[in-house]
Amino acid sequence: MIAVAPTTTWYLLLSALLFSIGVIGVMVRRNPLVLFMCIELMLNAVNLSFVALARRMGDIGGQSTVFFVMVVAAAEVVVGLGIVVAILRRKPNATTDDMAELKG
Amino acid sequence: MELFVFVVASAMILGGALGVVLRSHPVHAALSLVLTLFGIAVLFVSMEAHFLAAVQVIVYAGAIVVLFLFVIMLLGVDNAEDLRVEPFKVQRPVAAVVGAGLLTMIGLAIIASRKAPVPVVTQSQAVQDALLDPHDSNIKALARDVFSDHVLAFELTSVLLVIAVVATVMLARKPRKGDFVVEAATK
Repeated sequence: MIAVAPTTTWYLLLSALLFSIGVIGVMVRRNPLVLFMCIELMLNAVNLSFVALARRMGDIGGQSTVFFVMVVAAAEVVVGLGIVVAILRRKPNATTDDMAELKG
Repeated sequence: MELFVFVVASAMILGGALGVVLRSHPVHAALSLVLTLFGIAVLFVSMEAHFLAAVQVIVYAGAIVVLFLFVIMLLGVDNAEDLRVEPFKVQRPVAAVVGAGLLTMIGLAIIASRKAPVPVVTQSQAVQDALLDPHDSNIKALARDVFSDHVLAFELTSVLLVIAVVATVMLARKPRKGDFVVEAATK
């Protein structure tokens, strides 16, 4: 058994990798539902780094921040999916390229 | 042991994340998202954030992904998107460059600051007492922190949730007769 334990740096690097995958997903994918999933990936990456740093500093405040992030993420998904439902009802199979109605 | 957990959970997280981005079918993407969220819950447990691990499974995997799947089911948008279609030719190279650049910058910042001194954080007495508790110290300390130091933020989240619920009901219902509807937008 290897006696090396993953340090905070490992967790932060994993979080950075997850965040980058989420960013690439937001920029590449065109389905609005999948865009929201990629935003969830980014939020989870940030949550992971919050918890890792909370453990390193011995501060429970990082974990309470993650709790609030989860609440905001839930509210964001609910409102976002409401908008997506409203758009997709009007235009079935719309992609993000079709949502240029607010363009000035 | 923690290394083994970390490696397995990282494989789950990254495999699920790549699945979200690369699977063309939205249902498959949502199920890959579940894999990622469970991997993060495993890491939360290994970092002794037990309450957040439970909330992660219940709220994210239990509520949010189910919400995604409900929307996919109710709208019938479960047809696969053809990922070979590329409306903007420069989109994917630019996305790859931006993503790789972001990863490089964040990674270098993390590696450069790994030896930085850890700042001393003084927590309130209630949290310190709770952390010494032999049973459920994490959830007790978190509760003391949320309900004493951040109680205003906690109350504001309830306002936020009410606003979100009202907004969603307004967005999702069909307009009835007599409602104010902008006609130009429906054309």
